[in-house]
Amino acid sequence: MVALPDWMALAPALSLALASLVLLLADSIDPDSTNTGLLAGISGVGSLLSFGFAGWFITAGTGMANDTGVALFNNQLVIDQMALFFMAIVGSVTTLVVLASYDYIASHDYQAEFFSLVLLSATGMSLLSAANSLATAFIALELVSLPSYALVAFLKHNKGSVEAGLKYFLIGAVSSAVLAYGISLVYAATGVLRFDGVATAISSGTIQTISEGSIQAQSGDPAVPMAILGVGILMIIGGVAFKTASVPFHFWAPEAYEGAPAPISAFLSSASKAAGFVLAFRVFAVAFPIDDLLAAGGAINWVMAFQILAIATMFIGNFAAATQETVKRMLAYSSVGHAGYVLIGLAAVSGSGEGLSLSLSAGMSHLLVYGFMNTGAFLFIALAEYWGVGRRFEDYNGLGKEAPVACAAMTVFLFSLAGLPIGGGFFSKFYLFSATLNVGAWSLAAALIINSALSLFYYSRVVKAMWIEEPNGSRTIESYPMGLYTAVVGAAVVTVLLVPGFNRVSEIAFQAAQLL
Amino acid sequence: MWVAALLLATLLGTGLVFLSPDRYAGKLAAAVSAVPALGSIYMYWVYLTQYGGTGNALLSPADIAFGQQIPWITLGELEVSYYVGLDGISMPLLALTTVLTTLAIVSAWTPIDERQSQFYGLMLFMEVSLIGVFSALDFFLWFVFWEGVLIPMYLLIGVWGGPRRKYAAIKFFVYTNVASLVMFAGLFALVFSTDLTSLSLPAMAEAFRTASGLPTIAGVNLMTISFIMMFFGFAVKVPVFPLHTWLPDAHVEAPTPVSVMLAGVLLKMGTYALLRFNFTMLADTARQLAVPLAIIGVVSVIYGAMLALAQRDLKRIVAYSSISSMGYVILGLVAFTPYGMGGATFQMIAHGLISGLMFMAVGVIYNTTHTRMVGDMSGLADRMPWTVGIFVAAAFGYMGLPLMAGFAGEYFIFQGSFNAPTLGGAAPVLTSLAMFGIVIVAGYLLWAMQRTLFGAFSLETDYEVSPAAFHDVAPLAVLLLLVIALGVAPDLSFAMIQDSISPVLEIGGGA
Repeated sequence: MVALPDWMALAPALSLALASLVLLLADSIDPDSTNTGLLAGISGVGSLLSFGFAGWFITAGTGMANDTGVALFNNQLVIDQMALFFMAIVGSVTTLVVLASYDYIASHDYQAEFFSLVLLSATGMSLLSAANSLATAFIALELVSLPSYALVAFLKHNKGSVEAGLKYFLIGAVSSAVLAYGISLVYAATGVLRFDGVATAISSGTIQTISEGSIQAQSGDPAVPMAILGVGILMIIGGVAFKTASVPFHFWAPEAYEGAPAPISAFLSSASKAAGFVLAFRVFAVAFPIDDLLAAGGAINWVMAFQILAIATMFIGNFAAATQETVKRMLAYSSVGHAGYVLIGLAAVSGSGEGLSLSLSAGMSHLLVYGFMNTGAFLFIALAEYWGVGRRFEDYNGLGKEAPVACAAMTVFLFSLAGLPIGGGFFSKFYLFSATLNVGAWSLAAALIINSALSLFYYSRVVKAMWIEEPNGSRTIESYPMGLYTAVVGAAVVTVLLVPGFNRVSEIAFQAAQLL
Repeated sequence: MWVAALLLATLLGTGLVFLSPDRYAGKLAAAVSAVPALGSIYMYWVYLTQYGGTGNALLSPADIAFGQQIPWITLGELEVSYYVGLDGISMPLLALTTVLTTLAIVSAWTPIDERQSQFYGLMLFMEVSLIGVFSALDFFLWFVFWEGVLIPMYLLIGVWGGPRRKYAAIKFFVYTNVASLVMFAGLFALVFSTDLTSLSLPAMAEAFRTASGLPTIAGVNLMTISFIMMFFGFAVKVPVFPLHTWLPDAHVEAPTPVSVMLAGVLLKMGTYALLRFNFTMLADTARQLAVPLAIIGVVSVIYGAMLALAQRDLKRIVAYSSISSMGYVILGLVAFTPYGMGGATFQMIAHGLISGLMFMAVGVIYNTTHTRMVGDMSGLADRMPWTVGIFVAAAFGYMGLPLMAGFAGEYFIFQGSFNAPTLGGAAPVLTSLAMFGIVIVAGYLLWAMQRTLFGAFSLETDYEVSPAAFHDVAPLAVLLLLVIALGVAPDLSFAMIQDSISPVLEIGGGA
């Protein structure tokens, strides 16, 4: 058996990056003609390869040989189980999105650019999963964000799309600035950017420096200014809240998701959110260990901050979703609500060790299940947009008679999102629930239960419209697009298969969190 | 293996029926559902002949019949497994489910005329979930099936129901789902305060029974709080006063075969869960709270009967009388005597058969007359002799005519509750009050029958009234035979029920 070179550990990200470059190359050979099949094919191969590599490495045990995983570029990137787990999520969501886009953008211009931007953004997400320093994390985050601003505004003759793109860009730029400032404060307070270095600085209480790859205390042992560090952490929380569409920086999400082309909404609300969370998980679990932070008299208790954010995000997202009149916007707010559920991963933490692993892995499992059910739901919206079905709940009336297969898939997504045990959603929510009870966070548990009950109300409105209401008006469905159907049905099948298969997911997530 | 075979066969059949053309869907569904029905009848026979004296599945796991356990999920420290098996309580309920589903599917051939493959597919999907509910011995698995019943039921009422179907469907959905979540929260409060590492029902029963040093919230022990939350969750399903308001709406709007399933099996999910969770796992708390619970039961009996008395719609009458009948089950359960608890379980079966029969008979009449209002028709006996004959017999069964299953069930309950030690001095009073419910039942059923079935023929509508088709009457006849068989020889199921109830009575310190 030949050992692969270390850099091959980055293969999930590299295959995405390579595919995006090949796309640009293919387009430049003959810029005047567009072959959607070829473009989607290249993107599909790239994203599938990415998913395949990630899956292969997970099963082969990469990153489990030693506790630090494969470290590259002076520890700037670390490919461990956690990174691979999120690379797998990104790869699978990107595959679904590319598949669906094949039909969705068939009639639009600039297809090569579209696919290339999607893959570039996915590359950023993949890299972000592996980032081990605040600097690489920030660069990866920008690689995620910049293409996605353009993608949201991709329908450039559509006012809604352009408006959404602009709002997303403005808010994104501000939050990037906040994040960058937060990073600079943390750097000022600790002297290092690498996550493990920051953690050493906090636990030892002295500013560190890195020389020849190893972390050392700076000469003279200057003390870490805890107040500056606290402000930095607070600002990083803000940056994370933006990327994951959590309260208080959630308000761009409904605008962007509603205005963007539906496959892009799926991409942003699933993959981009997951990328935001992997950053949060890594930064807070590795760089700011809560025990050391509190012991050192840290100015900020981020667990409590995340508890407040989680509860607020759950309630605001779900209550807003319940009052929406259009399906896409409802899903957008529900995605805010789900960010609240995943935040439990950082909120139901008791110190480090077992309690941390349990809650983190619960959040990770929910993100993976969510990656399929939420992507699927948004891709169903893409299908509806493709058919010219309107935006409101009433416009979906009687759709079940005309497209029973797609509507059955959508029913699976919605009930699974609501947490009925028809799909993996129930299991991951239950996992989160048990994580909250494990640390006795009753308020989080109650919020989870109440919001799950509430969410069933608005999700079932779509189910009711599709199956129970009579069709109104004359809507005719002329074609059943292959790519979109494959993506939607595929996502539904995976969502259902996650019922018997959830054990494997939670195991991998738990190992990954333990090795962090 | 047997239970897995039932589940898989039904699930495969569900897929088949969903894909079949509408014309064959009904026949195919009946054939598919005959597989679990025959299978469970065979299992029943095996159980009857080979598992004499088998204990309770939760209290003596070694005695479980047809058991199978495969590890499934590990969440942190909690282990979840695919764990199924039967005892004397679940065996009759399983047989009731499968037989009633087949009959309900046959009875749907006449009234259901649109989107048939979806209708029958959902009926079978519901059957899968119901088989799972009565056979699962792991809480997680059980909850999956428990919630799995909800979705097909919601769609069955919502798509094929009457004029107010949307309201009724969403009301059903919201009520039962909120109830499930309250129950879930209550149960897990206990699970996490007792250091359980397995979610199997026997392990939970053991842990809850021996739990000590539980926290108190506002001076009330967590055990009591959880008991109340779980009771609330299951009571909505039963339903008991005052949580019953979804039931008449759901029944009236649901198409007849769905009402049959709702009254015949779905209500029993509530009482079955009460028996398994509240009255077996938390037996001590149940004994302490016996009197208030019995009062809830008796109020349901009287109040349900009074409401039935006030109705003109035949279906509403049967629907409200179900609330009344399920009140007896609560009374029997809290008695904690062999006859009380055994009778309550027997009454679940008896009521499942009789109320299924009543709804089906009302449905056959409605298919012909297109009205269910008592004042709109009279003298149907001349035109539909077989249907009316069976309807009258079923009504008498409902009123508790000896040699029919209803009599046996109610008699056992009264016998068990009259001297119930848990109820103390209140026992005779509460039992007498509950008995009075039978008088009211007789009142409204006799009145309704007299007005609609006898006298000179008249009908408000213009429909031609002629005897119902053979496949409409046959399920009625089968059910009536079962009702009589259980009335004449209650030990066909009462013996196995008592074998599995007696361990429940032995545990705990109470009385």
